[in-house]
Amino acid sequence: MRAFISSVYIFLYAPIALVVLFSFNAGRSASEFTGFSTAWYGKALGNTFLVSALQNSLMIAFTSATLAAIFGTMAALGMERLAPRNRAIFDALFAAAIVVPGVVIGIATLVALVAVFSFVNPALATIWPGDQPPQLGLGYGSIIAAHGLFSMALVTMIVKARIASLGRDIVEASSDLYATPLTTFRLIVLPQILPSILAGFLLAFTFSFDDFIIAFFVAGSKTTLPIYVFASIRRGVTPEINAIATLVLVASLLLILTARILMRDKKPKSGE
Amino acid sequence: MPVATNTKRNLVTAALVAPAAAWLMIFLVLPFIAMLVFAFGERAPEGGYQAAFTFAQFARLPTRAAAFWNTMVLAPVGALLCLLVAYPVAYYLAVKADPRYRLILVSLVVVPFWTSLLVRTYAWMYILGSRGIPNLLSMIGLEDVRLLNTPCAVLLGIVYGYLPLMIMPIYVSLEKLDRRLLEASADLGAKPVSTFFGVTLPLSLPGVMTGVALVTILLLGEYLIPQLLGGGKVFFIGNALVDLFLQSRNWPFGSAIAVTLVAVVVVILMVAMRIAFRVAGTRQVDLV
Repeated sequence: MRAFISSVYIFLYAPIALVVLFSFNAGRSASEFTGFSTAWYGKALGNTFLVSALQNSLMIAFTSATLAAIFGTMAALGMERLAPRNRAIFDALFAAAIVVPGVVIGIATLVALVAVFSFVNPALATIWPGDQPPQLGLGYGSIIAAHGLFSMALVTMIVKARIASLGRDIVEASSDLYATPLTTFRLIVLPQILPSILAGFLLAFTFSFDDFIIAFFVAGSKTTLPIYVFASIRRGVTPEINAIATLVLVASLLLILTARILMRDKKPKSGE
Repeated sequence: MPVATNTKRNLVTAALVAPAAAWLMIFLVLPFIAMLVFAFGERAPEGGYQAAFTFAQFARLPTRAAAFWNTMVLAPVGALLCLLVAYPVAYYLAVKADPRYRLILVSLVVVPFWTSLLVRTYAWMYILGSRGIPNLLSMIGLEDVRLLNTPCAVLLGIVYGYLPLMIMPIYVSLEKLDRRLLEASADLGAKPVSTFFGVTLPLSLPGVMTGVALVTILLLGEYLIPQLLGGGKVFFIGNALVDLFLQSRNWPFGSAIAVTLVAVVVVILMVAMRIAFRVAGTRQVDLV
């Protein structure tokens, strides 16, 4: 049994280790390690297309995760005050946002936005006072909106679970001592749910940063890092892609580990 | 006064859920309606959509039967292979592992799931490609072994990509398992094997169901793994959708396929929930 478990862990990590190893290869080869070098990292970071794709991805991930953290937390707080029937509708919609395959989310968003733009753009053109009316189109906004959908569902789920595990007595004690609801929220509830909000933010950021398929449909002419990497892979396997992949891996590793540390339940202190 | 506070309370609640409600309406409900409308439309001559009400797109679904067939066979097979590897790992983590290292071992399983699937699939392109394992095999005399662009490569990628997602729900259901039941079973003279099949396995079925349903559903919409490891020879519905939307620009037909895919997902979810309900129901009866 132990041998099997160990081999599964090797199976999970060996391929990743191989990608990282060959990112330090001096030669161009993907099978022969001809010497240690960080040249491919220099080449990757000197690639302006790559750097701008990275900047786009960071901006999109930060914006969508921030919006998701704020609106998702608000939804989690509001949902427990809703009538059960309305709450069930929200639960169903959030579940749909998580379970519907990304390829379908991408298509549906693309189709809907293009349909909306085909009405809005001519209308804007007629009412616009200047010569050049703004043209709405696919781009950063549509990626942020589509990523925000999944991320918001994710944050709501995580924060709701945390709220459910909170003791009601401390909130009641606070209001018995004449704290306003806002004060109770600020001093009692928020500090306790803050780690789960941050964890939700980090997971949302990681999701958006790594997503390929949704962005592939709704990015329009914009390029995110996964779209750039995908296009490079189709051109051929080189150690430069390994270097980029390693950077992506390190970034998501840091984010997910931080999120897991934040989500870890604090053990009840003894002697209290 | 109570009426006023009630109104105020309702206003606060509405304000809290309003942004999420708007987001869900505009970027989930509306897109699904649009997709449904498109599925009954016609392809415009220059590509895109032309208003119509026709079932023609659905009638053409058989022309993409290969994509449906590959997906419907390889997704469940991949999920079951995942399960075969995942169950022993989940069992070890929940029951056998030293509690001191459990958190680290569980983290090591979860972490890959949150790192880029693109990069993890790329790793296998690398290993299975001509300069990887086939290159090593040729050194021991096995020439011209093709691994990449075969159904096996796609299945391997599936197991690799979705293993963490299968392990987690099973681990959670095994971790909740009451150890006293296992002791009781042993005390009553059951061998470890019969304890496993009589107690442990039935009690972990909800986790198994969740894992299989989740992985199968996500696999139905998979694009990257068949694209990179199947190389256009083993293609899924996801690959057909990318082709129809981004290359041949036949949006109504693509929408019809996507609508069909969602219908399949809904059916699988309902069956899974029904089975899970039945499993949970019988378990309660057994325990009482």
